[in-house]
Amino acid sequence: MPRQPAPRTEPIGPGVGLVATQVATVATPDHPLDLVAGGRLDHVDVAYETYGTLSPQRDNAVYICHALTGDAHGAGRHEGDAKPGWWDNIIGPGRAIDTDRWFVVCSNLLGGCSGTTGPTSINPDTGREWGINFPQVDMHDFVEVHLRLAAHLGIERFHAVVGGSMGGMQALDWSLTHPDTLDNAVIIAASSRLTAQNIAFSAVGREAIIRDPDFEDGGYLHAEARPDTGLSIARMLAHITYLSEDAFAEKFGRSHQFGQSRRGFGVDFAVESYLDHQGEAFLTRFDPLSYIYLTRVMDYFDPFGHAGATNLVVQDPVNFLVVCFDTDWRFSPAHSRRIVRHLEGAGLPVTFATIASSWGHDSFLMKLDPYHELVRAFLEVPDRRRTSRAASRAPHFDGHICDREVSR
Amino acid sequence: MTIPTSHPSPGSSRAGSTGDAGSGRLRPDQRIISSLVPTGSRVLDLGCGDGLLLRHLMDERDCLGTGVDAATDELITAAAMGVPVVQLDLDADLGEFHDDSYDVVVLSRTLQAVPRPGEVLRQMARIGTTLIVSMPNFGYWRNRLRLISGHMPVSRDLPFQWHNTPNVRYSTVADLEAWFAAEGLDVLTRISLAEHGRPTRGARLAPNLLAGSTIHVLRSNWTPTPPASPVPETP
Repeated sequence: MPRQPAPRTEPIGPGVGLVATQVATVATPDHPLDLVAGGRLDHVDVAYETYGTLSPQRDNAVYICHALTGDAHGAGRHEGDAKPGWWDNIIGPGRAIDTDRWFVVCSNLLGGCSGTTGPTSINPDTGREWGINFPQVDMHDFVEVHLRLAAHLGIERFHAVVGGSMGGMQALDWSLTHPDTLDNAVIIAASSRLTAQNIAFSAVGREAIIRDPDFEDGGYLHAEARPDTGLSIARMLAHITYLSEDAFAEKFGRSHQFGQSRRGFGVDFAVESYLDHQGEAFLTRFDPLSYIYLTRVMDYFDPFGHAGATNLVVQDPVNFLVVCFDTDWRFSPAHSRRIVRHLEGAGLPVTFATIASSWGHDSFLMKLDPYHELVRAFLEVPDRRRTSRAASRAPHFDGHICDREVSR
Repeated sequence: MTIPTSHPSPGSSRAGSTGDAGSGRLRPDQRIISSLVPTGSRVLDLGCGDGLLLRHLMDERDCLGTGVDAATDELITAAAMGVPVVQLDLDADLGEFHDDSYDVVVLSRTLQAVPRPGEVLRQMARIGTTLIVSMPNFGYWRNRLRLISGHMPVSRDLPFQWHNTPNVRYSTVADLEAWFAAEGLDVLTRISLAEHGRPTRGARLAPNLLAGSTIHVLRSNWTPTPPASPVPETP
């Protein structure tokens, strides 16, 4: 079958309209958050937004987990903003994550810098910003905080947990560790274990920040300057991995920024100007310490890396949808197939598709009809057609490390 | 429409009616295949299309199922019905499935269209205990007449012109069964279908001549061989 990349299309309807970010406190000295890597937080705030209406039975909630640099503003518009939330094209009335049906929750990650407690927050013990003394965080910690927000909202069980890229990793971790709190998991353009190449890109981004003289060994929060050069270089580098070679070629080719070539070492090609802009724009919304903390979480993520990783979810099965994009080279289809191999190998119901798209990793943020239609179809399966009633008697191939790893 | 009971069909006690809107839309061969799947089986349906057979097996026979298909639009239809389908290439990707992980592996009217049917059959035997394979019969009398008259066969079971057919492997019932034997598979049941897709006495008595297509139920006999050395994992 010839490959036909899905075209980008316009979002359905007007979206959710005006929204505002709220804050909930989910850890206090009486109920602290003990972290996987050993630290403890006596105070954790979570920034979140909700869209749609929670049903009286509280059974229509969908949790959105954001990727590395996302935030709680998933959909709709903030007062005075021109641009909608980062995943507005999929969330809204009539859209694939339909707010006429679902009560959607989207929160900012622990360690982030958009309202949830992170390195730029005040350490209650010192009265100053945490900075580099903020404890190491882990994917499990993200999920624990999500569940505390759920408890705050009075939601015990989610219809679905949905995420792309690092959001998909949270959805995966959540389903493996707390399968009793969700019915369906949607894991898009994610990975269950970074490759050496992934970690290498991640490392260069961190080095750009850490070696910036303004980083001040992480003490810049108390200084005049911020390691903006390092952060913008990290963003430029990462952004290259988010698009495919085809996407760069289509968007810019070798065209010049100023009509004709200005030979020299400054910005000349259009792609250089674009990256420059991406790096600069990122500075206004992201913090260098959050960037190094959050990228590190991905490097260590390896949820299938121990025996019995799927034991809990096999006892309380979750329906999985795993989606990837054929030109994604940050988390290539091989990453998603590894997730499928482990889940399907454990006897769990898994739907898996590779969507033809020209846009590389960033495809997960775009409205591509087959992709959105699949997410909608999966979320809207009538309850009586859910397969989980029978899955618990599936043959179960975990308890050892999945051995069907294909070399190619 | 009823399933004939004159043929042996393990696990088929279809006393109850379907009660499911979906099952009415099964093709005749799918209805027969579903009657051959023991209740409560774990079923892998290769080339599952829109997933109707699996949906029927899940609703009516308490089965668990996974489908494999390459087409995204079919997969979306299946997903909307709650049928898990993984989008993989039958020819290249069956290694993704674990050894002996399904009770039944179904391959319906597909084996003749894959470039390496031997590899697909061996993977099916590795993955499943019981295999159900349906194939058109090139030796059907009408096909033979077409060939004698100087033309490539075109029939209800082989409905394509030579230049646009997806089929790349042609076999007769006799060839097929010899091949199954050579591959170490036991034929448990053969159901011979006349050209209209239903079993007939004639097709049963002289399948190589009178069957337009056949459905075979095979026992895999696969045993694991210890791996020579650990395979490095990617990614």
